[in-house]
Amino acid sequence: MNISWWKLGTAVLIIYTLVAGLMGTVPRLVVLNETIRNLYYHVGMWFSMLALWTGSLVFSIKYLSKPDLISDLKAHKAASIGFYMGILGLLTGMLWAQFTWGRFWTNDPKLNGTAISLLAYLAYFVLRGSMEDPMTRARISAVYNIFAFVLMIVFIQVLPRLTDSLHPGNGGNPAFGEYDLDRQMRLVFYPAMIAWIGMGYWIWDIRCRIEKLKISTSS
Amino acid sequence: MRSLHSHRFRNPLYIQKVFFALLLLATSITVQAQPAVEMADQFRADGKIRVVVGVIVIIFAGLLVYMIRLDRKVKKLEEDQNPS
Repeated sequence: MNISWWKLGTAVLIIYTLVAGLMGTVPRLVVLNETIRNLYYHVGMWFSMLALWTGSLVFSIKYLSKPDLISDLKAHKAASIGFYMGILGLLTGMLWAQFTWGRFWTNDPKLNGTAISLLAYLAYFVLRGSMEDPMTRARISAVYNIFAFVLMIVFIQVLPRLTDSLHPGNGGNPAFGEYDLDRQMRLVFYPAMIAWIGMGYWIWDIRCRIEKLKISTSS
Repeated sequence: MRSLHSHRFRNPLYIQKVFFALLLLATSITVQAQPAVEMADQFRADGKIRVVVGVIVIIFAGLLVYMIRLDRKVKKLEEDQNPS
C-alpha cells in the first residue's frame, strides 16, 4: 500500500473505537446510562482540536524563528481544522448535555471557556483575512496565534479546574481519575483519542498538500 | 456526650453487631444498585447491537477507504508536478 503507516493505523483505530466503544462493557452509572460511551467520541473531538492547535502553534513559532510561507500555511490549516473539530465537539457536547444535564447550554465554565476559545480562533481567521501582504499576514497572525493558544489553554484547561464544573476532572480534580474512567473504558478511551488525533492530522496533511499543489501550479 | 460513654459502645460484641449490620446494609445496597441503573441489556442480549455496529463500521470503512483514495490522488498529483 502506497500510504503512510500512521494513516493506516488511524483507520484501524477508528474502526476499533467504533466497535469496542459500542460493544465493550461500561460502568452502570445513573443519569448517564449508556451515554457514557459518548466519552470515546465527544472527548475525541477535543483531543483532536487540541492536537491540531498545538501543531498550529508549533508552525507559528517556526515561522517566527524562520520566515517561510509553508510554515504559515501549515499553521493556518491546522488552526482551521482544529476549529472544525472544536465545533463538532461543541455540537456533540450540546446534544449530550441536553440528555444528561437537561439543557443544551449550561453556564458551565468549561462550556463558556470553549466558546471564548473558539471565538479567539475565529478572530485569527478574521485577522488573516484582513491583510493583503502574505509576509505581514503570516507574521502578525503567527504572533496572534500564540496569544490565542495561551488564551485557549487558560480558558479550557486552567479556569474550569479552579471553579466548580459539571465536567469530570474539574473543580480541583485531576482529569480521568480512577472514579471517572474504569480499567475497561481506558482500553477503549486511549486508542480512541489517538484515533481522533490521527484523523485530524490526516485531514490536515491532505489540506496542506493540496494548498502546496495550488501554490506550485499558480507560480 | 453521655450516650457515647454508655456501656453499649464499650461492649465489643455490640460493636461487632453494628459493624456486621452496616456491612450487610452496604452489600445489599451495592447489589441492588446494579440492576437499578437502566442499560440497554435486552438490546445487547438480542444481539441487535451488532446490527448497529455493523452499519456504522460499513459507513466508516467506506469513508476511510475514500480518505486513502483521496490521499493517493494527491500523491499522484505531487509526483506529476515534481518528477524525481
